[in-house]
Amino acid sequence: MKVPLSWIKEYVDIDLPIEDLARRMTLAGLEVEEIRYVGYPLPEGDLRRETKITGFAWGPDKIVVGAILEVMPHPDADKLVLCKLDDGDQVHTVLTGAPNLYEFKGTGPLDSPLKVAYAREGATIINAYEPGDNPTTIKRKKIRGVESYSMACSERELGISDEHEGIILLDSDAPIGVPLADYMGDVVFDIAITPNIARNANVIGVAREVAAITGSALRFPDLEIPREGPSLERRVKIEITDPSLNPRFVFGLIENVKIQPSPYKVQLRLKLTGMRPIDALVDATNYAMLELGEPLHAFDYDVLLQRAKAAGADHPTIITRPAVPGEKLVTLDDIERTLDDFTVLVCDQSGPLALAGVMGGAESEVSGDTTNILLEGAAWNIINTRRTVISQNLTSEAAYRFSRGIHPELAPKGVLRGLKLMHEWAGGTIAGDLIDEYPLPPEDPIVEITPEDVRRWLGIELSVEEIIEILQLLEFKCETASHPPSAVIIRATTPDHRLDIGTGVIGKADLMEEIARVYGYDRIPETRMADDLPPQKGNFDLEMEDALRDLLVGLGLQEVITHRLTSPERETRRLSPDTPPEDALYFTLSNPITPERAVLRHSLLSSVLEIVERNARIRERIAIFEINPVFLASEDGDFPDEAKHLVIALTGPRALADWAGADTAPMDFFDLKGMIDSTLRGLHLEDIRYQAAGHPSFHPGKCARVLLGANQIGVMGELHPQVKENYDLPETPLLAADFDMTAIIDAVPKLFDVPSIPSQPPILEDIALIVDEAIPAAEVEALIRQTGGRTVTNVRLFDIYHGEQIGKGKKSLAYSLTYQNPERTLTDKDAAKLRNKIVKRLERELAAQLRG
Amino acid sequence: MLENIEEIKQAGLTALVEVKDEDALNQWRVTHLGRSSAIMDVFKNMGEVPKEERGAVGRAANQVKQALEAALTEKMAALHEVALQRSLGEEHLDVTLPGRAIPRGRLHPVTQTLREIYRVFADMGFQVYRSREVETDEFNFQLLNFPPHHPAREMQDSFYIKTDEDRGDNPFLLRTHTSPGQIHAMREFSATDPENPPPVRIILPGMCYRYEQVSARYESQFTQVEGLAVGYKITFSDLKGTLSDFARRMFGQDVQARFRASHFPFTEPSAEMDIECFLCGGDGCSVCKGTGWLEILGCGMVHPIVLENGGYDPERYTGFAFGMGPERITMLRHRIEDIRYFWANDLRFLEQF
Repeated sequence: MKVPLSWIKEYVDIDLPIEDLARRMTLAGLEVEEIRYVGYPLPEGDLRRETKITGFAWGPDKIVVGAILEVMPHPDADKLVLCKLDDGDQVHTVLTGAPNLYEFKGTGPLDSPLKVAYAREGATIINAYEPGDNPTTIKRKKIRGVESYSMACSERELGISDEHEGIILLDSDAPIGVPLADYMGDVVFDIAITPNIARNANVIGVAREVAAITGSALRFPDLEIPREGPSLERRVKIEITDPSLNPRFVFGLIENVKIQPSPYKVQLRLKLTGMRPIDALVDATNYAMLELGEPLHAFDYDVLLQRAKAAGADHPTIITRPAVPGEKLVTLDDIERTLDDFTVLVCDQSGPLALAGVMGGAESEVSGDTTNILLEGAAWNIINTRRTVISQNLTSEAAYRFSRGIHPELAPKGVLRGLKLMHEWAGGTIAGDLIDEYPLPPEDPIVEITPEDVRRWLGIELSVEEIIEILQLLEFKCETASHPPSAVIIRATTPDHRLDIGTGVIGKADLMEEIARVYGYDRIPETRMADDLPPQKGNFDLEMEDALRDLLVGLGLQEVITHRLTSPERETRRLSPDTPPEDALYFTLSNPITPERAVLRHSLLSSVLEIVERNARIRERIAIFEINPVFLASEDGDFPDEAKHLVIALTGPRALADWAGADTAPMDFFDLKGMIDSTLRGLHLEDIRYQAAGHPSFHPGKCARVLLGANQIGVMGELHPQVKENYDLPETPLLAADFDMTAIIDAVPKLFDVPSIPSQPPILEDIALIVDEAIPAAEVEALIRQTGGRTVTNVRLFDIYHGEQIGKGKKSLAYSLTYQNPERTLTDKDAAKLRNKIVKRLERELAAQLRG
Repeated sequence: MLENIEEIKQAGLTALVEVKDEDALNQWRVTHLGRSSAIMDVFKNMGEVPKEERGAVGRAANQVKQALEAALTEKMAALHEVALQRSLGEEHLDVTLPGRAIPRGRLHPVTQTLREIYRVFADMGFQVYRSREVETDEFNFQLLNFPPHHPAREMQDSFYIKTDEDRGDNPFLLRTHTSPGQIHAMREFSATDPENPPPVRIILPGMCYRYEQVSARYESQFTQVEGLAVGYKITFSDLKGTLSDFARRMFGQDVQARFRASHFPFTEPSAEMDIECFLCGGDGCSVCKGTGWLEILGCGMVHPIVLENGGYDPERYTGFAFGMGPERITMLRHRIEDIRYFWANDLRFLEQF
C-alpha cells in the first residue's frame, strides 16, 4: 500500500528522519519496500540504503508556484499559446501547447489567475519526450519565432504521474512564488501489508502504528458535519436478513451535490496512492476509504427511488441477503455475473443492486447526472467476501479490505467522513441523521496477561506498568486486578477497530506479538535454549541414504534431483513397445499448470533418463544417480507410499580419450555391475546375487535382478534398444539400475565384524575350468567357495577363454584362488588336497574339466 | 715370478682405465678376474712354483687379486654414478601434460546445502524428521491455523490431487511447506506421554510444491527446511539466539542478524530474519539490492492452536519454529540468478559445486 507521508502527518507528529522512520516501521512489521520522494530532495551520499529509494527532486529556486494572468494566441502556431505568467519576482512570457489552456486563449486578462507549476530557466525536469525518467535542463531557445526559456509543467515532467496531456492546474489558493516542493512535495511509503495487519491498510492505521512505535499521540479525523437536511426516516429502509453475513449497515444522504473535479491536492494524493481521480464524489469515497479503511459505496438515490416507485413503494427498502444460485447482476465493470449462494447481495424491492463488499451494480452507479447520493458503509462477512472474490475472479479495493476483516464500528465513521468530504468538494446538503442497522456488534475480546506471560513467551522482564503503556499506545484499554497468589493481572480490552485479537491463550499470543513489536524485536536479547534436550534418536534412514550417496559420489557419479511431476506420456517412453499398459493409477493434479507436469511420477528411472537425454548434447560421458521417491498407491489408505528409489544411469566411454592412452571403450553392463557391487559392499551388505531377468526397460539378454539373499532389491541392465530409440541418446549403450531404497536400508547391518588379519602366509594358485557356455559364472564360483569353506579366502575370476581348443559351446574360466588357514601354515599338500576336492565337485555337479 | 705378478696387476689396472661402461666392465672382469684370467692362472699353476717361493708368490697373487677386485668395485661405483648423472640429466617429463583424468562425483548442490544445515542444527540437538509430500488440506493448512478461506492461503497456492469423491474442505494436495510435519511430529511424540509430552527439537527438510508459474525466481517444486523446538522454557529470545547462532555458523562469525515483525498463521509473534549481506559486508550490492540485508528465513513462536493440535498444552508449553529455502541460500552464496538450474540438472551447472 502506498501512503503519502504528508497524509500520515495529518494524524500523528513525526520528528524522526524519513529513513529511520522507515526502518522502525519495517522492524515493527510494516515493511517499507520503497520510499519515493516526490519533489523533495533525495537523500545524499552513497550511504547504504535499507529501503529502495526512488523519486525526482524539484529545484527549490527553479520550480515554483506561478500564476498565469492571461493566455494569448501564438502569432505563428495554432497549437501553441503564450501565457503571461507571474512567478512572484516578475512577469514572464511562457510558451506552451497544453490543451487545457485552449479554453482561456484570447479571453483577455483572467479574473482568477491559473496557478501552475512553473519551471524557470535552468530548471531540471524529466524529459517527457523520451521513455524512462531522464532529466533535462530547460534552456533558452526560439520556438516559431518566440523566445522560450521556461515552462509550465505537466505531471510527467515533475515525476508525479504519466500525465502529459496538459499542464498541472493547481488549486487557486496556491501561493505565488513559493517553491513547489514546499507547497506540495511529498514522500510516499510503499508498505507491504501482511494479512494480520490488514487493519493498517489505511492512513489512520499506519499513523496509529507510527504513533505507537514513536510514542506519539494519534489524532482522529474530524467527523463533525453540518446536518442541514431532513431526517432519513421514511426516506430509505434497511432490512438485514442474516446478521452473520452483514453485522451492520449504515446509510447517509447528501443532496444537490455538484459533480466537479476534486481539489488538485486531493487528486495528487489519490494519484500518489495509485488511485485514479474521477470526480469529487467518487474521489471522496475513495479518499475516506484510504484514510479510515472503511470502503464506502455511493448509490444514486434517485435511481433507487424510481425503482421503488416502479415497485409500488414510496421509498426504497434495501435488503441484504445471499444470492439465489444462478441469480445475475451486471456489475459496474459492465460484466454480467452469475452468482453463487455464498455471495451476499445488496438489493432493493426490485432486485440486486450490488455485490456486497465487492462491487456495485451498473444500474445504481453514480453518473454525471447524479445529484442525490445515498452513501453506504457496512460490515460484511470475511469468508463470503473471499469466496465471492475467488469465484467471480474479481477484486477491488473494497473486496481486499472486507475479505480481511473490517470492524463494524468503522461503518458510521466512514460514512460521516465521506459525507463531509463530499460536502466540502461538491457542496450539497447532508441529511439530518444516518440510518444505522447494527444487529450483530462484535464482542471486543478482553485478554488477561501477566508479566510472567511476557517472560515465558518473550524472555524479557517487563513491569505491569511497562506492559500497560505499550498496550495503551495501541489503544487497548487496560485495567489491573490482583489475583493471589500470583501478582497483578492485566485485563486488556481490544480496541474497537480490530478483529484480529483472540481470547484465552490465543489472545495472549496475539498480545505478545503486539508487545514484542512495540517494545522492539531488536531490543529482545539473544539467549541459548535452557530447556531439556529431547531424547536423541537420530534418523537412520537419512543416515543410510547419505552413506549411499557418499559411496556413489566416491565412484565418480554425479547426484541429480529431478521434478517429481511428470505426465503418463513422458513415463511411457521408458517402456519397450510390447509392454502391456500400466494398470497402476497415477496421483493426478486437478489443477496442473501444464499437461507436461500433471501427475506424480511412478518411475524414477524415467526422470533420470530425461536428464541423461538433456545432457547427451553437451557431454559424451554421463554417470549420474538420484535417490528420491516415486508415488504409487500404497496398500493402506489413500496416500501414495512415496517409496524412495535409487536410480543410476551410465553412458559413454569409460574415460575420455587422452594422450596417455585412457580406456575409451564404452561403459557396459559390467561397469555398472562393478559400481553396484562396490556400493552395496560399502554398506556391508552380504550375499549379493544377480540373476538374469526380464524387465520392460531393459535388453532381454542384458538385464539382471539384484538380490540380497532371497529378496529382490532392484534391477539393472542395458537399456532396451527400442526404449533407447524413445530418447535422443548417443550410440553408446545406456546402463541403468533401479533399486528400492527401503529394501537396501532394511538389510544394512547395524554392526559388522572385522576378523583379525591372519599372520600365516597364504598359498596362491590358479586353476582353469572348462564348462558349458550356459553355466553362469556365479554358480561355478559359489561351488568353489562352498567346497573350499573357510580355507578358500578369495576367488577371483581373471580370464574367460573361448576357442576351438576347448570345443564349441564351452568356455574356460580361470580363477585365482587364495588358500589360507588362520590357525596354521598350510602346506602345498594341504592346498593340493583341497583343490582336488573342489575340482572333483565341479566335475561331478557341473561336468567341468580341469584345463591342463 | 713376482715381477710377472706385478705386471698382471699393472696390465689389469691399465686396462680398467679404458673401461667406459658396464658391458666393458663385465668383459674386463672376465679377462682379469675370470676363471682363465692371468691371476687365476697363477693360482692354478701354484704347484709348479718351487716350494720355498710358494708363500711369497701366493701372498703376492692374493694381494693383486684383492687390488683388482677393489678396483673393480670402485669402477663399478664410478660407472653407476655416471649412469645416474646421465639419467638425472637426460630424463625430462613435460610436467605440463594433463594428468590422467579420474571422473569425480558430486552431491547435488541442494544436498550439500541441506547437509550443512543439518550439521549446524545437529550440534544444537535438532534431529531430522521427515514426513510425506502428499498431504491433506487439514494437515497442510487447517491444523496449522489456516482455516478454509484464510487470506494467508493466497501466499501458498496449492496443487490439488484429483479424487473420485469430493472431499469438501479436506482435499488431498501436495504440501506447500514442510510444516505439516510439525503436526505429525508433535502428535507422534505427545502420544508417547500424553500428560507430559517430551520436548521437541527437530528440523524438517523436504520437497514442497506451490502453484507457481515457473520463472527465474519461482519453481513449482522447491525444498524447504523447517525447525521446531517445543518445551517448557522456550522463549522468543531463545529463537533469536538459536537462529543468530545458525546464521553465524552458516554465513560467518561476523554476520549480524536482524529480526523484523512479520506474519505466518502458524506462529505468533512472527518474524523474518535478515542477515547482513555476506557478499558486500552490508555496504549494499546487487544481491542485497543495495539494502545491505538478505532475507534468510521466516520464524516465530509456535501458535497456541498449533501446539494444541500437536497435543502440547499451550498454557504449559511454548515453542519456536522457523523455515528456510536451501535453494535460495545456495543462490545467494553463489550469485546464481536462475532457480530453474536446480532441477534442470545441466551437468555444466552441477559440476561447478
